[in-house]
Amino acid sequence: MTQPHLDTSPPVSDEIRKTTCYMCACRCGINVHMKGGKVAYIEGNRDHPVNKGVLCAKGSAGIMQVNAPSRLRAPLKRVGPRGSGQFEEISWDEALTLATSWLKPLRDTAPEKLAFFTGRDQSQSFTGWWAQQFGTPNFAAHGGFCSVNMAAAGIYTMGGAFWEFGQPDWDHTKLFILFGVAEDHDSNPIKMGIGRIKARGARVVGVNPIRSGYNAVADDWLGITPGTDGLLILSLVHELLRAGKIDLDYLARYTNAPVLVNGDPKSPEHGLFLRDEAGKPLVIDRVTGKLTPFDQPGVRPDLAASHRHAGVTHRPVMHLLAERYLDPQYAPEAVAERTGISAAKIRALAAEIAHTAFDDPVILHREWTDFRGETHQTMVGRPVAFHAMRGISAHSNGFQTARALHVLQILLGAVETPGGMRFKPPYPKPATAHPKPHCKVTPGAPLDGPHLGYVQGPDDLCLRDDGSPARIDKAFTWDNPMSAHGLMHMVISNAHAGDPYRIDTLFMYMANMSWNSSMNTGGVMQMLTDTDENGDYVIPRIIYSDAYSSEMVAYADLILPDTTYLERHDCISLLDRPIAEADGAADAIRWPVIEPDRDVRGFQSVLLDLGARLGLPGMAQPDGSPTYADYADYMVNHQRKPGIGPLAGWRTGDKGLTHGRGGPNAAQLDQYIANGGFFVAHVPEDAAYFKPWNRAYQDWAVGMGFYDSPQPYLFQLYVEPLRRFQLAAEGHGSRQPPDHLRERIKTTLDPLPVWYAALEDGHADPEAFPIHALTQRPMAMYHSWGTQNAWLRQIHGVNPLYVPTALWRQHGFADGDWAQVTSAHGVITVPVAHMAALNANTVWTWNAIGKRKGAWALDQKAPEAEKGFLLNHLIHELLPPRGDGLRWSNSDPVTGQAAWFDLRVRIEKVAAPLRSQPAYPPITSPVGQGPATLAWKVET
Amino acid sequence: MTTLPDRTERKLGLVIDLDTCVGCHACVVSCKGWNTQNYGAPLSDQDPYGADPSGTFLNRVHSYEVQPEAGAAQLVHFPKSCLHCDNAPCVTVCPTGASYKRREDGIVLVNEDACIGCGLCAWACPYGAREMDMAAKVMKKCTLCVDRIYNENLPEVDRVPACVRTCPSNARHFGDLSDPDSDVSQLVAARGGMDLMPEQGTAPVNKYLPPRPKDRLDQTGEIDVLAPFLAPVTDQPKGFLGWLDKALDRL
Amino acid sequence: MHPAPSIIAFTTLSGLGFGLMFWLGIGMPGSTGLVAFVFFAIAYALAGGGLIASAFHLGHPERGLLAFTQWRSSWLSREAICAVVTLAVMAAYAIGRVFLAADWVPLGWLGAVLAVGTVFTTSMIYTQMKTVPRWRSLLTPALFLSLSLGGGALLAGQVSWALILLPLAGMLQLAWWWQGDRAFAASGTTMASATGLGGIGSVRAFEPPHTGPNYLLREMVHVVGRKHAIKLRMIALLLGYVLPVALLVLPFAHVFGLLAVISHIAGILASRWLFFAEAEHVVGLYYGKR
Ligand SMILES: Nc1nc2c(c(=O)[nH]1)N[C@H]1C(S)=C(S)[C@@H](COP(=O)(O)OP(=O)(O)OC[C@H]3O[C@@H](n4cnc5c(=O)[nH]c(N)nc54)[C@H](O)[C@@H]3O)O[C@H]1N2
Ligand SMILES: Nc1nc2c(c(=O)[nH]1)N[C@H]1C(S)=C(S)[C@@H](COP(=O)(O)OP(=O)(O)OC[C@H]3O[C@@H](n4cnc5c(=O)[nH]c(N)nc54)[C@H](O)[C@@H]3O)O[C@H]1N2
Ligand code: SF4
Ligand code: SF4
Ligand code: SF4
Ligand code: SF4
Ligand code: SF4
Ligand SMILES: [Mo]
Repeated sequence: MTQPHLDTSPPVSDEIRKTTCYMCACRCGINVHMKGGKVAYIEGNRDHPVNKGVLCAKGSAGIMQVNAPSRLRAPLKRVGPRGSGQFEEISWDEALTLATSWLKPLRDTAPEKLAFFTGRDQSQSFTGWWAQQFGTPNFAAHGGFCSVNMAAAGIYTMGGAFWEFGQPDWDHTKLFILFGVAEDHDSNPIKMGIGRIKARGARVVGVNPIRSGYNAVADDWLGITPGTDGLLILSLVHELLRAGKIDLDYLARYTNAPVLVNGDPKSPEHGLFLRDEAGKPLVIDRVTGKLTPFDQPGVRPDLAASHRHAGVTHRPVMHLLAERYLDPQYAPEAVAERTGISAAKIRALAAEIAHTAFDDPVILHREWTDFRGETHQTMVGRPVAFHAMRGISAHSNGFQTARALHVLQILLGAVETPGGMRFKPPYPKPATAHPKPHCKVTPGAPLDGPHLGYVQGPDDLCLRDDGSPARIDKAFTWDNPMSAHGLMHMVISNAHAGDPYRIDTLFMYMANMSWNSSMNTGGVMQMLTDTDENGDYVIPRIIYSDAYSSEMVAYADLILPDTTYLERHDCISLLDRPIAEADGAADAIRWPVIEPDRDVRGFQSVLLDLGARLGLPGMAQPDGSPTYADYADYMVNHQRKPGIGPLAGWRTGDKGLTHGRGGPNAAQLDQYIANGGFFVAHVPEDAAYFKPWNRAYQDWAVGMGFYDSPQPYLFQLYVEPLRRFQLAAEGHGSRQPPDHLRERIKTTLDPLPVWYAALEDGHADPEAFPIHALTQRPMAMYHSWGTQNAWLRQIHGVNPLYVPTALWRQHGFADGDWAQVTSAHGVITVPVAHMAALNANTVWTWNAIGKRKGAWALDQKAPEAEKGFLLNHLIHELLPPRGDGLRWSNSDPVTGQAAWFDLRVRIEKVAAPLRSQPAYPPITSPVGQGPATLAWKVET
Repeated sequence: MTTLPDRTERKLGLVIDLDTCVGCHACVVSCKGWNTQNYGAPLSDQDPYGADPSGTFLNRVHSYEVQPEAGAAQLVHFPKSCLHCDNAPCVTVCPTGASYKRREDGIVLVNEDACIGCGLCAWACPYGAREMDMAAKVMKKCTLCVDRIYNENLPEVDRVPACVRTCPSNARHFGDLSDPDSDVSQLVAARGGMDLMPEQGTAPVNKYLPPRPKDRLDQTGEIDVLAPFLAPVTDQPKGFLGWLDKALDRL
Repeated sequence: MHPAPSIIAFTTLSGLGFGLMFWLGIGMPGSTGLVAFVFFAIAYALAGGGLIASAFHLGHPERGLLAFTQWRSSWLSREAICAVVTLAVMAAYAIGRVFLAADWVPLGWLGAVLAVGTVFTTSMIYTQMKTVPRWRSLLTPALFLSLSLGGGALLAGQVSWALILLPLAGMLQLAWWWQGDRAFAASGTTMASATGLGGIGSVRAFEPPHTGPNYLLREMVHVVGRKHAIKLRMIALLLGYVLPVALLVLPFAHVFGLLAVISHIAGILASRWLFFAEAEHVVGLYYGKR
């Protein structure tokens, strides 16, 4: 017998349509293979700057997202009680008329009564603009419960942090140290980077209580006790300082280490920088020995010299920093027990960092000129790169911990140098180049400016005249002054409590707030359904846009069904959350590679329609007609400032097409589509490093429209705005914090990084709740929305609670056992499993696998609903009451970042229940249930 | 044709790097996607939105915890698909000739038109690399993407298996393992590539690169090697500023 | 391995049927006419019924003819051929005995040899599986053959042969269990060799590749409780071997013949259930299961 004949060259597809993935927020480029007008297969786009051809599990499963039975089909109006899931389908006209009738009176009388919050969305520059035109101060995206600590600490310290702002120099780094990352948004790039590092034989170190994923492939693992990274990092700083293994040249030139700090304890400016009349911070020039603004040509700032004036010594930041971190309280021995890492290991890591950074530098032979006019022949780098995410930021000491990490990087001279961490355009961008928050409400008119931004001191807080919070989420108040992304996790709770005031309509988009994105899930469901003495809902109206039948849908009064990501236009803009890589500024679009087969509409287009119906400036013409036909029209024709629009590629200039600045181009979207759905402008070689101080980069950035003039700046080892809040807490200035917050502000808003124990530890009893409980993102699942995916849910259909060996034995657990897990706030009963490669005081589970019965078009007996569970029931948005009558938010006191990972619990073995607890009654599925089998082959 | 060829002209296969695989399942799903749409019957799913969802996959990623005698436990992600064995027992057991090993490249395939769905080949495979599709009732297995690697409708760079093309961390390598000069053979030589279950005598073509030694910072002795890098600049308490001054002079 | 009822029924019944054919083929008993018809009918019902049962196990029985093509390498193919040839040869022989009262001895012997060969090929399907150490033993064909012949003798009313063969089969059964319980460990296949990670330390399955079930687990991984297995072994031994032999040695063996047959079949079904259910496939190691 012979081998059968086989056609090894079958046709692959009729056509490839290139767009952007949205199975998560990484935003990889995809090639959608079409057959017979249907999606047949999705692969990565090799030309795309983010993923260069690779695709993760979620991305490859996109086809199952686009055909998911849980897709909403038409606008829905609630007919049953809130939370029941009972709806009737209505027309778009009815839906929009209804929404307009609710919103119009609010805009005319009290715009703040609309709270508009968006979740996993990537169009904040647009949604924010809409909210601003509406006039409500109550807008933010989900950054407050996500990772604002990382973002704010990075921006305030060095004008950018990780992920969207920066990345390791994968090509040159020799030691890559990863703090608290399971997945991050830079999902594919991190995997690609680790692969590249490993192929070169460079080393990876993982600092994480849990040794899975990236930490499993790390060459060395530090199984740290949650919440103590700040101590570890500052101990590394201690060792490096002691050994003089810091980059003095870099510190003197590019950071505020030489900047002089007012040393007069009696001065209202104590701890602020000495400045000249123009407000420029002063240093002492080593050449002249004189006091001089930091940025003068030829100045060589002195790190060591202090300035004596009127009997007071003003010392440079470097002095303060050395004094603080050389203190024995930061010695490895002093932190070993609390961090769970032995002193020898901390020292070994410090030594490896020192060795790699200073004995093995990367030297690129590229000439460049700095902002003081000095030309350098080479680019010298310290090939130690760090990356971190929620493991350090989702704690109530996360801001300061992230700051500590940035300070460590800067001391090494490993930011924006070869082998270290590199910014992605349009970053670097210092805090001072960002807007400040705005909150001035005028009925019938837009807000006085953008909602979110970077405060520089108490004057910039969003307080009303009586000192009460201007925003429903209490962002930019004394509770959390630098809450640059708002506090989405506090909106429902505050609105329910009427603290600081009541609202009328809660309008949300793409956030599963009655389930996995809320703390205190059960409580939130209660708040959403609670009624007042008249029987009216305490939160009177809820409008929600989702694409799928999520848990949150059941809690809205009006549903505006979105399309799936392959059915709409989207704009991934340099104005908010770009897809740039260190070597190039890039933005991208999504476009309808297929048309919806249901009565659904892209949410952004709906928002424009609503804006026009409400007559919002910029969205409605004087005659009342809409300014933009739809979101695609907006993407092309909207201009934020003359020449600057949502998309940077293929704009019109004086001489034909141009990039960056330029007028609208009617064919812009076609150009994007022809180019694979994205645009990239490469950073010139001589501008590739030292970006904050590199003239070539600064000029290029101005040309691209990132800023209007070059903005060189110093890295802020010492963050002056923090000190301004401390000064207020010490009694200086006219805007004063309430007394109960003074001490907290003094300790937590320290201008040099500090470590303090998680706030929950001060409220809950660490003895009664001795175990840390964490969640991690599974790489093959995106929050709640992966579960509706027939392929992905087979990979993660249940989530056990992983228990470390000692606890496993202590409780006599065996496979298949269940445990009751108790926190200061709640109790859950869940299946357990054993894990040895785990910090001895930590238990954990995969995030967002547990599902509510009736959601996501799944069978009510779905394993996700029977055995799956959320840790969220144990985490409260408020700290346990202290008996002072105050509502203490479970958030970082600086930024308001939700402190998910401060959670402490105790566990007990219990008899297996019928299903994991708590169990909530099923919700009615507005979309029925999925089919019994799938064999999804598309034919031409 | 279920007797095995005496020899194959090439030995195409995968080399999987256990030191680099982060366990992301990208290869699992891209394999599912490609093979649902291409070679033979689609890979079906039963009860996909129900209480007991279960489908056909040609590549699955396990994970193992390894406890060394001393030191912290390690976790290893472990992708597994057909290893295209030279001495493939799954082929010789097949009663119909549906299973065969290609003479030209050694790829082990199932001719689905001839498969009676008896399941015997799956029993014969020690690695769990064959799965019966419950809808089509034929045996499915990794085809090494035979419909990609020679496919002239694909750009040349893309003529690699779907799982290799998609692997974000570059833990999967494809090539000819009979050619000692090929990239994959070089990798196997350099990194000590190994066979799974060698005692089963299947002579797998696919090789696994073992994880590199871990936790160097824990090794005693290592610290002494590193210690000089942390020699304090001064022992005096106020000495740091003095050192700073001197160090600056040298700049 | 998953104890699929169709395969258990097939191997048990067809083993008995071919065993009976063997005895009929060598003329024990050498009855003709209606009596022969009944004997042959029973043999065909068992053997043929078993074959039909096995076809239930196939995804595509309509392509069954292809299964005759790979006799050079495949024991399943050989079994199929053997079975069909046996049935054909014995059919011709049966025609002689039933309708012509003729005993074509060489044809009968040929059929008998083929019948034994069929049972042997069946047993070899399991014996060849290196992946199932419990099966991979010469005792497997020995057990299958002794059972087939012993059970056949019981059906054929060859009491004295049955009294030799059934105890022999019982002994083989015990030996097979004894050896089988040690086979996996002796095979040398372990979690360490399966993963190649044994050099680093002791290996434990952490997370399965999918939390959902799959074909491999359903098909290859079946866990029988130890107590349950011991109980079933006792039942199999008692019903399959001890009770039939006891019934046969009692006076009026004929009266108890039917009972002996029923008991034997029940016992062998239990034994066959265990044959599959207790058989650990090495793939279980990848799932941390054995
Ligand atoms: N315990 C615990 N809880 C956590 C975290 C944790 O670490 N531990 N992490 C927190 C963090 S950082 C985050 S960001 C949140 C995330 O939580 P969420 O923001 O709630 O994220 P998802 O569940 O992914 O999805 C939100 C909603 O978007 C909908 N959606 C999906 N695609 C579309 C679309 O195309 N259009 C529209 N309109 N809607 C769509 C989904 O159906 C879903 O209902 O979870 C938080 N919750
Ligand atoms: N596949 C997938 N990718 C995603 C998401 C998803 O749902 N799925 N979600 C996206 C979103 S919204 C976000 S915000 C990002 C978040 O991405 P990550 O920051 O990676 O978020 P988590 O999965 O919450 O992982 C936090 C990690 O920190 C560790 N950790 C917890 N506490 C500590 C600590 O005190 N110290 C240290 N060192 N480590 C600690 C945990 O063990 C865990 O490994 O991921 C994004 N990417
Ligand atoms: S990481 Fe995965 S899901 Fe996220 S955008 Fe990229 S391919 Fe899509
Ligand atoms: S891995 Fe299994 S299916 Fe693949 S060739 Fe080897 S024995 Fe056959
Ligand atoms: S299932 Fe198909 S391929 Fe496997 S042995 Fe049977 S006929 Fe051959
Ligand atoms: S080679 Fe192709 S068929 Fe085989 S595992 Fe990879 S993607 Fe799947
Ligand atoms: S895609 Fe690569 S890294 Fe991910 S599981 Fe597969 S082999 Fe491992
Ligand atoms: Mo997030």
